[in-house]
Amino acid sequence: MPATIREVPNPSVRIDHGKCIADKGCRSCIDSCPLDILAFDEGDGKVKMAYDECWYCLPCEHDCPTKAVTVSIPYLLR
Amino acid sequence: METRTLDVDVLVVGGGTAGPLAAIRAKEKDRNLRVLLLDKANVKRAGAIAEGMDSVNNAVIPGHATPEQYVREITIANDGIVNQATIHAYASRSHDMIRKLDGWGVKFEKDGNGDYAVKKVHHMGAYVLPMPEGYNVKKVIYRQIRKVGVEVSNRLTATRLLTGGGGRIAGALALDSRSGDFVVVRARAVILCTGAAGRLGLPASGYLFGTYENPTNAGDGYSMAYHAGAELSGLECFQINPLIKDYNGPACAYVTGPFGGYTVNAKGERFIKSDYWSGQMMLEFWRELESGNGPVFLKLDHLAPETVTRIENILHITERPTRGRFHEGRHTDYRSDLVEMHISEIGLCGGHSASGVWVDEHARTTVPGLYAAGDLCNVAHNYMLGAMVFGEIAGGDAVDFLDGQAHAAIDQDQVEAERKRLFAPLGREEGFTPAQVEYKLRRMVNDYLQPPKVTAKMEIGLRRFAEIREDLERIKATSPHELMRAIEVHAILDCAELAAHASLYRTESRWGLYHHYPEHPERNDAEWFTFVEVRKGADGRPVCFKRPVPPYLFPIDEQDRDAYNRLRIDAPAAA
Repeated sequence: MPATIREVPNPSVRIDHGKCIADKGCRSCIDSCPLDILAFDEGDGKVKMAYDECWYCLPCEHDCPTKAVTVSIPYLLR
Repeated sequence: METRTLDVDVLVVGGGTAGPLAAIRAKEKDRNLRVLLLDKANVKRAGAIAEGMDSVNNAVIPGHATPEQYVREITIANDGIVNQATIHAYASRSHDMIRKLDGWGVKFEKDGNGDYAVKKVHHMGAYVLPMPEGYNVKKVIYRQIRKVGVEVSNRLTATRLLTGGGGRIAGALALDSRSGDFVVVRARAVILCTGAAGRLGLPASGYLFGTYENPTNAGDGYSMAYHAGAELSGLECFQINPLIKDYNGPACAYVTGPFGGYTVNAKGERFIKSDYWSGQMMLEFWRELESGNGPVFLKLDHLAPETVTRIENILHITERPTRGRFHEGRHTDYRSDLVEMHISEIGLCGGHSASGVWVDEHARTTVPGLYAAGDLCNVAHNYMLGAMVFGEIAGGDAVDFLDGQAHAAIDQDQVEAERKRLFAPLGREEGFTPAQVEYKLRRMVNDYLQPPKVTAKMEIGLRRFAEIREDLERIKATSPHELMRAIEVHAILDCAELAAHASLYRTESRWGLYHHYPEHPERNDAEWFTFVEVRKGADGRPVCFKRPVPPYLFPIDEQDRDAYNRLRIDAPAAA
């Protein structure tokens, strides 16, 4: 199945798909994001930053059980 | 998309700081009640303290301060416009709340004897209790929510309150921002804990979500309370903060001050005596920038390396832990570099300044059965611990309110009107994105409402806001997520208009920069020693009016009255 979610360009939340276990049902980062900007793409099985609404707050990174999430400061503020 | 109906006894809207404590208290008081805690995010990580907190800003601990001293300090810091009964309601419960949190597992700094290690940051007394390991506050509280059996529902954005006969609260309406379901919650009492209006001004970066407040806090509660007929208070007393430039988060002087950090101008000179956040301090900060002495910096480079490491180990793991990444990206090292600061965009926040929904010492709003707590309510300078205490007060009082009260009848006209307003953007073939309208609105807020306040500018602002209100009918959304953003723009617009009306109404200057109105340059106690309130009039337009300041429980000495107006260091401090 092709990808169904278009990731924002230069996402401030990056997922290491080699470490991510979303295919096993983990939704930890998606659940913890206050702005609800992360989504699981049913097409290619990857978690993506679907909205450019990141508060660079870190629950997604801290709650990830495999340390697959890295947050950087959004470009406009960097 | 379906309509779901929930029936509960107590509905708590907002699962950040005040909300969980309100829900826990209500459930503890009567375990037979159905208590539902809603959040537009996930209660586990919702609100201003998702990553914990680095200090309690207002600890009233025996041996360091008394409730009476604290009430006096906040009265003076807020230029006299307080209901001392509410400040005292907090202050007299402050120590008990710290001990309760300590018992639950929240870590506070203690000295060698095991006593709380209180520091002085305020202008007069000592009220700051560091939390160097305060990153786990939310987890600790979440365990208690589960333990007492509070029901939790995430990803529900409450958009309107329901009222029944006699204006009594009947429940709330909400959007499920994942499924797009419309949720009708019938409740006998509602406690609003939706935080500040943090997406009001536009950050200088231009990034909509680069706010000081958690950007989920878009002002929903202000808007909901207003449309339900509640009285809002002090909306002209803006929240404006001294923040790390561009990062737009706290530096944070409460943490660094006790270690020896302080604020300087470009010449490296101190110019304020106290880094405690007040309107008067912000006015001196603004004057320094305007005078050509800026930029303003936080200075830590004189501290011993091990002290800086201790500071980093607090600032880079709690509250806003990406501070370290930001500094790294800018090649700023506290050991050798000053931290550039700036003045934030405006917001509304009861917990930091005093702009919120009017509540009394029982957390009751002016709508029967409706409560407000936390940054949303107008208890001045209440911060995290005050949010928790007022949450508890609201939860307890709401249970008493329920006694003998059946659910108020639901008015189907209210439900259908809200369904129409809420879902309209999904049905449009074309239109503006929610982000476009939000950007323009918040840029106009900066242009016309950011102090110094000017009558002509605020009047133009109101005209622009009226035009943007027409644009609300042209927003298009393609998903439930965008629908949430669209409805947030409605709330932001309400907050902008109400802030402008309240500011125009108070024809004096007060609270330093928060209401700096050069056409009316002086504080005028003869006419304006009063709250300015706003509520929805019979014609649907905002009505401003005065509410007298209740007689003080603890009178203020004449010599102390202006203590917070003497924050500037006039001569350069001795080296």
